[in-house]
Amino acid sequence: MLAVSWAPLFEPGFFSSEPVHVALTVGAISAVVSGVVGVFTVIRGQSFAGHALSDIGTAGGSASFLVGTSTLYGFVAFNVVAAGVMELIGIRKPRGRDLATGIVLGASLGLAALFLYEGTISSSTTGATVNVLFGSIFTLAPGIMNVIAVLGFVSVSLIAVLYRPLLLSSVSYEMAAARRVPVRLVGAGYLLALALAVSMSAVTIGAILSTALLIGPAAVALRVATRTGVAIAVAAVVGVVACWAGTLIAYDSTVWAGGNGWPVSFCIVVVIFVLYFTSGVVSRLRADPRPATTSDLGRFVEPVEAA
Amino acid sequence: MFANFMVNAWEAATVVAIVAGVVGFFTVLRGAAFAAHSLPNGAFAGAAGAVLIGANTIVGLGVFSLAGAGMIAGLGRRARSDVATALTIVLMLALGDLFLSRTSEYAPEIFALLFGEVLGVSSNKLGPTVVIAIACIVAIVALYRPLMLSSVTPDVAEARGINARVMDLAFLVVLAAVTTMAVPVVGSLLIFSLLIGPPAAARSFTNRPPVAMGLSVLFALVTVWVAIAVSYETDLPVGFFVGTISAFAYTVGRAWTAWRRTREGRPPSPNLATLANVDERGTANVVGR
Repeated sequence: MLAVSWAPLFEPGFFSSEPVHVALTVGAISAVVSGVVGVFTVIRGQSFAGHALSDIGTAGGSASFLVGTSTLYGFVAFNVVAAGVMELIGIRKPRGRDLATGIVLGASLGLAALFLYEGTISSSTTGATVNVLFGSIFTLAPGIMNVIAVLGFVSVSLIAVLYRPLLLSSVSYEMAAARRVPVRLVGAGYLLALALAVSMSAVTIGAILSTALLIGPAAVALRVATRTGVAIAVAAVVGVVACWAGTLIAYDSTVWAGGNGWPVSFCIVVVIFVLYFTSGVVSRLRADPRPATTSDLGRFVEPVEAA
Repeated sequence: MFANFMVNAWEAATVVAIVAGVVGFFTVLRGAAFAAHSLPNGAFAGAAGAVLIGANTIVGLGVFSLAGAGMIAGLGRRARSDVATALTIVLMLALGDLFLSRTSEYAPEIFALLFGEVLGVSSNKLGPTVVIAIACIVAIVALYRPLMLSSVTPDVAEARGINARVMDLAFLVVLAAVTTMAVPVVGSLLIFSLLIGPPAAARSFTNRPPVAMGLSVLFALVTVWVAIAVSYETDLPVGFFVGTISAFAYTVGRAWTAWRRTREGRPPSPNLATLANVDERGTANVVGR
């Protein structure tokens, strides 16, 4: 596929491996959809809802293990219902809204505990638990791609249809309401798009990466871009780059680490963090051309990477 | 139900519920639900890392939840707090995934850390739990006034020289301590539900902080006690009942608020200025009513 001179970078078999093809494709679709939806998640301050849905879906995923249907349907069903409940509680102040999200999350995790418990009793394995929680981009069935493409398409289409009223009500709820934008309806439509996007990514690439790709690239984009349209494009590109670079590192690491490679999720998250801190430096340099003062430097050496 | 092997469970759950009721009051007041979810959930990475290097689980949980608290506060200086929290939990979970991939014997313990094993608490886990629980309560008592002011009226707090960032970090450190205390005995899911549900319900019934805090502890205690009793009888997981009862308590609280609102014809939602004034005058006037 590429020139031979790339060989040292790509370990043998990277481009001919079927799981890698699927991983790269699914990862890219998830990254683009998450990037588009994620920009609004960050603007609206709904990161918690975005993350919570990936955990809430776990309850649906574990329920579908019990009844023997595909995990994906369980995820989608639970997340759409959960998004509906969140919208029904409908608190506009971020503090109260996060609280409502937390209540829905707590109740759903309780259900997940119940279903997983039933599951571990009937099959006496914890493999299902780990699988539902972490997912793995390298063990996807090729057939799942069609379903994912459809879910992603619906989610992005919703955002496209709602684009202007959504943007207005995200930036200024009052102004949108004054202009007779149906803010609740727009908010509900957005939550539906979020629920679909998160279900799609959580079930394929796991809950960790779902949140990472939803919030990380969008946060990067909103640091460097000033216009929303540009930010969405940047977020999608950053997501795809992080996803592919992380997958490549994970694949190559099986060689360095003697057969037991690093998890894909870890590699992708590290790439996202590198991009996040780089974007911070870029936005800082651009916004403030004067030489950095001591206090500015002080912020850089904050122990933010303590973990 | 009160057999010897259950005594530890009752004691551990009671200690955790008291702390959750007190700390949860501020969690709800500060809108810190996301952090209350992220620290207990992400700290499992610390436990996984501890297993990897053969250290004590509690030490791993403590180190990671403190690092997480520092990271949320640190990233929060340059980004919105929900974004900072999301990035933190993602990094913590990813590290946990990495640690898990380095060891082959850990998987069954994930279930215990996430969903708790309160019915199997051993006596040697109870000691550290009680010690950290007391430290949490002492910290909240010591921080009570500045924390209340900075949570309810940040402007007033700032004018009085209370640094919002310091308060933020201080509260996150308390949350990290709660995590370290509670996750080994009741699991991350259960402590999250207890930090959110009972305090949120309590706030619907009263505007006065000390009363709300007392109610919150009471609700948390009732929640875990009922959950353990029902779990013992039905043989279903405790986490399920705690999550369900917490959500039920919140729903009742909301319904109560809505009912009172229609009856009185005006919004009785907690008046922020009133909250602050009550705090200023101290607890004495609360006892008086």
